[in-house]
Amino acid sequence: MDFGFILSSALGELFSPTTAAYALAALGLAVHFGYSGLLNFGQAGFMAVGAYGFAISTLSFDAPFFLALLIAVLCSVIFAFILGIPTLRLRADYLAIVTIAAAEIVRYVVTTNQLTSVTGSANGLAAFEGTFYSMNPFPEGSYMGMNNRDFFIRVVGWGLVIVCCVLVWLLMRSPWGRVLKGIREDENAVRSLGKNVYAYKMQALIIGGVLGALAGMIFTLPRGAVQPSNYGTELTFFLWTCLLLGGMATVLGPVIGAMIFWVVLSLTQSLLYGLIESGVVTWLTTVQAGQLRYILVGVALMLLMIFRPQGVFGNKKELAFA
Amino acid sequence: MSETNERNTENIDYMTDSRPIAVGENTPGCKKRDPIVVAEDVTRSFGGINAVDVEYLEIPRHKITALIGPNGAGKTTLFNLLTGFDTPNSGKWQFEGNSLAGVSSYKVARMGMVRTFQLTKVMGKLTVMENMRLGAADQPGERLSKALFKGMWGSREKEITAQANVLLEKFKLDAKKDDYAASLSGGQRKLLEMARSLMVRPKLVMLDEPMAGVNPALTQSLLDHIKNLKAEGMTVLFVEHDMNMVRHIADWVVVMAEGKVVAEGPPGEVMKNPAVIDAYLGAHHDVDLGDAEGIKELEAELEADEESVVGTEDAGILSEIEEPKKEDGR
Repeated sequence: MDFGFILSSALGELFSPTTAAYALAALGLAVHFGYSGLLNFGQAGFMAVGAYGFAISTLSFDAPFFLALLIAVLCSVIFAFILGIPTLRLRADYLAIVTIAAAEIVRYVVTTNQLTSVTGSANGLAAFEGTFYSMNPFPEGSYMGMNNRDFFIRVVGWGLVIVCCVLVWLLMRSPWGRVLKGIREDENAVRSLGKNVYAYKMQALIIGGVLGALAGMIFTLPRGAVQPSNYGTELTFFLWTCLLLGGMATVLGPVIGAMIFWVVLSLTQSLLYGLIESGVVTWLTTVQAGQLRYILVGVALMLLMIFRPQGVFGNKKELAFA
Repeated sequence: MSETNERNTENIDYMTDSRPIAVGENTPGCKKRDPIVVAEDVTRSFGGINAVDVEYLEIPRHKITALIGPNGAGKTTLFNLLTGFDTPNSGKWQFEGNSLAGVSSYKVARMGMVRTFQLTKVMGKLTVMENMRLGAADQPGERLSKALFKGMWGSREKEITAQANVLLEKFKLDAKKDDYAASLSGGQRKLLEMARSLMVRPKLVMLDEPMAGVNPALTQSLLDHIKNLKAEGMTVLFVEHDMNMVRHIADWVVVMAEGKVVAEGPPGEVMKNPAVIDAYLGAHHDVDLGDAEGIKELEAELEADEESVVGTEDAGILSEIEEPKKEDGR
């Protein structure tokens, strides 16, 4: 086994664009659940809306990059309104049911054959990233072992993560954030103090949803393709794992959670493959090993909830009264 | 309200104002000299049960009004209806002349009608101070457009914090300022909830059982706080089962039973009202059965009461029978 390679590929995951996308989407979940108490089980839907919004406006309407970006963000805002208007007046559990269903609806709609000319059906869409890479300011060459394209998407992805973290932090320390946290604790009490709970919940749903849509774009750009199978329910649950790993009502938690998630996935995969190839483990095939690591993710999540329910960054005191 | 009326009330000290509250007789549903809340034909039924069926009710301004009645009389439901947390099946109700039908609860609160809850609601994972700050009105930083810029809300935040400090000190919660509200005891949560509702600077405070679970020493200071609210120009409406409290601080008592207002009037008068005694207080509500004095008092009362003398001569005499029994028991 080449431990050097295992370690370097694990460290490579630390700053991969996919990790940045997960961090952004999990940050959106932190706004939803950690700060406002909105149970969103359809973050994958928001990511799909962002990714498809960007890809379709680029391919079908030849939109320039920033217009396509704007359209994608607007689509996620509309998606948030559609989800929020009927459910935000109800208890939190209803939003959970509606979001998980809506995310599936989005996935099935883009998979329909009738829409193949627009969405590409199950094959998805490709070759829409040109407008993005044409803005690459880095000349060709090697940047820390990466080519200029890989380096560019990492700079943009992580730059976006940092900007969004700062914005969320600024919002949550403000009186606006305080009202949100109050709603998370008891929305009737907040209502009795003269705050428009419905409007605050809608604003939070939109902000978290836009973060999800941005994540969807960062997720698809380096792949150069957007496919419906990437936005299944399991994506949402991986995002929840990242959020719970890091700590729910924290800004850095989701980011660190996403990093831990991907490093651990990469480590377990390479270790298992290494063991299989060197003949130490004979009762597993490499395919099974690939599946086993996701089982391990589930086990890790359970252990985490039992032994460190507040996550890495969470405040233990906040949980003492849960 | 007419201008002359305003001028008249300006020079009045609300603490010592002893003008009659009602216009005319103190009957259920009577007109008040200066009502702040008027409810008309407000009904609310759950299934087949009429939880609230109020024909006419006025709450007097600048007074402390107690709402009493047996469990299930519809007191809390009436609170919910008045504050927009529940919608009545029919009826009209208004606050300071503004109709409240169809107005959502947060707008009612903004108009100056703020309530507390029977089952205390504090934000457990916020500190006591943050709970208080949350109550304050007119914080521009609560708007998303201004939240990002501390310059736009920082100064108001300082005012709010100062206001909260004063209130917390009054309610003896200043030492707990930085603790999570979830770490407070039940009584302290009641206090926090009440203090928080005052952060809104309301015109009408509606307290749902403010004394439940508060220790006797604190009760006394809390009673003073509630009285002082009147001096600050606020109107208080509260639900309470503690008759001592009602007697001490209420200027006016409204009695509900089975959803209806059965009696109204100043506390002394209402507590002698036979309908109220039947429906709620019981005939011997003044007697403290916990001590020997009380039992003797009750005995004397029962002896004098024709109706309670049934059967033997000894009937109604408790202390003499009770005492030998106790000795037997030991």
